[in-house]
Amino acid sequence: MSILVYAENREGKFRKPVFELVSYASALGKMMNCGVTALSVGNVPAGEIEKLGHYGATVVLTVNGDSHAVFDTGSYASLLAEVAQSVQAGVILIAGNTTGKALAPGVAIRLKAGVAAGVAGLPLSVSPFTVNKRVYSGNAYARVVIKSAVKVITLLPNSFDTAESKVSPSISAYTPKAAVAVKTEVLNVQKQDGRVLLTEASVVVSGGRGMKSADNWGPLVELAELLDGATACSRPVSDEGWRPHEEHTGQTGKIIAPDLYIAVGISGATQHLAGVSSSKYIVAINSDKSAPIFEAAQYGIAGDAAKVLPKLVEALKAAKGK
Amino acid sequence: MKILVCISNVPDTTTKIRFADNNSRFDSTGVQWVINPWDELSLTRSLELKDDASTGVKSVTVAHVGGADAEPTIRKALAIGADDAVRVNAQASDSFYVASQLAEVVKKESYDIIMCGIESSDFNGSTVGGMVAALLDIPAVSAVSSLKIEGGRPVITRETDGGREVVSVPAPFVAVVQKGIAKEPRIASMRGIMTARTKQIRVLGPVAVEPLTEVVGFDLPKPRAACRFVDPENAAELIALLQNEAKVI
Ligand SMILES: Cc1cc2nc3c(=O)[nH]c(=O)nc-3n(C[C@H](O)[C@H](O)[C@H](O)COP(=O)(O)OP(=O)(O)OC[C@H]3O[C@@H](n4cnc5c(N)ncnc54)[C@H](O)[C@@H]3O)c2cc1C
Ligand SMILES: Nc1ncnc2c1ncn2[C@@H]1O[C@H](COP(=O)(O)O)[C@@H](O)[C@H]1O
Repeated sequence: MSILVYAENREGKFRKPVFELVSYASALGKMMNCGVTALSVGNVPAGEIEKLGHYGATVVLTVNGDSHAVFDTGSYASLLAEVAQSVQAGVILIAGNTTGKALAPGVAIRLKAGVAAGVAGLPLSVSPFTVNKRVYSGNAYARVVIKSAVKVITLLPNSFDTAESKVSPSISAYTPKAAVAVKTEVLNVQKQDGRVLLTEASVVVSGGRGMKSADNWGPLVELAELLDGATACSRPVSDEGWRPHEEHTGQTGKIIAPDLYIAVGISGATQHLAGVSSSKYIVAINSDKSAPIFEAAQYGIAGDAAKVLPKLVEALKAAKGK
Repeated sequence: MKILVCISNVPDTTTKIRFADNNSRFDSTGVQWVINPWDELSLTRSLELKDDASTGVKSVTVAHVGGADAEPTIRKALAIGADDAVRVNAQASDSFYVASQLAEVVKKESYDIIMCGIESSDFNGSTVGGMVAALLDIPAVSAVSSLKIEGGRPVITRETDGGREVVSVPAPFVAVVQKGIAKEPRIASMRGIMTARTKQIRVLGPVAVEPLTEVVGFDLPKPRAACRFVDPENAAELIALLQNEAKVI
């Protein structure tokens, strides 16, 4: 038996969710007494592949080349399922990001495996295999028993700390047995520029209707940049076109769990909190001291965003000695 | 072309979540049930496509796996404009079970486009749509934020973890939809509500499959400590707390 991790790369590099997954797999491997195999698909430099060992992968299989250049859910799920069978994986771990959500169900069907999506934390027990998963849009967790022999888990991004455990993995190229059947034709690709991805950011600074207009975001963006963070917004803000749609967080937008979420001029509606309530710390800045956001926050400033934000920027620069 | 919109029946999004019987089941006392927000948007987009003769979309059917208590939600979908509905009379016990039932519905009636939401707002499974596609061995496109039909061919925008792509797949396919698919959910008109009464909800028996997962209990998140207020004039104090106490910056 082994644990299989899908190590997704973006332009030849692994991102934080992959290291979280491998760290998780390594801890799970100790609970289940088995090794961790990571699968990398596409062209990733050897030095980058080695990094998977730094978080505890004992075996790394690589499918090199451009056979899977197009993200086609069917062909990717088939590949993962094939590899899972060849390494006799009992658990398949996939990131709970857009790619992961697309892949997990297809892998599961091919392996007759039960899925728990949006898992937080290590299993409560490995027999019966019981995990905590996010339900009711972050308002609760369900204890889910996966009854099938093979289990598929997607892990909530930012919910598990990376842990180094220097292993020199055995790295080998894997040649898929099944022919690749790609049904997706890509007509156009738009890439986001080099900014920190909202779903992967440790710090997120987010603005709501209390920001008043599209013109007032300068200090909010500056604060996010100083914190190496990403920017986000509430739904009305993206509906108004003050900020791009990718930034909309909440039940009907992105679901995020950064270490620090700074909510500026956001009232704290349940649908907004649904997307951010798993953040480790929430800071609220709101002119209305009775706004519900303060019930979700650990730190708060009751004040005018237009005045408070520049002061925070200044204080942060001073603290960083800039 | 025929569209099937899979709808999940969920507690209204402002519901205060509570559990009963020692946290073993959801407490539905006083809860208002609604169409899952994503599914409402899928339905809206399907109807927009049907309204446009150039797309060749002839009918929009909604499907639900659940008990008779979900019929008001299904009626609402009919009032918004779906042509007819299918309800598989069974407890939606897990994603695999639900997906197996929906796959069976698709097999019987051969729909061209199957729409599912990226997640149900209660179970947050993010799983049913992808499973339906895999069970039927047809393509799934995930995180769909726009769906058009141009010259008989689906033109689909999907969001990725770092951008977006425009793709096409051959029908039949499953579109797993997210934000952007439609702007505002369509609302039922008075006439829609009247005609919904005469539209058909076909009730089917379930196919026998064993669920692969089981929910054995629920937990509420740990209550957070009360908010600590910092004076608006003293931004430096907040920065210091974040650095030294919370240790997050
Ligand atoms: C089905 C459904 C799904 C939804 N999904 C989402 C979702 O995913 N994400 C989401 O965000 N919303 C969602 N909503 C909308 C949600 O209910 C709220 O309407 C929305 O979150 C409010 O956004 P806001 O806090 O920016 O604006 P408001 O509620 O208008 O709050 C503005 C806040 O700014 C404060 N303020 C005003 N002036 C200042 C100032 N000068 N300085 C500081 N503070 C100031 C006010 O005190 C107030 O608290 C959804 C709604 C529904 C029905
Ligand atoms: N009981 C159900 N009946 C019909 N469709 C469902 C049901 N449950 C989930 N779905 C569909 O699957 C999507 C994702 O649900 P889930 O995988 O539970 O997050 C929903 O948005 C619906 O489109």
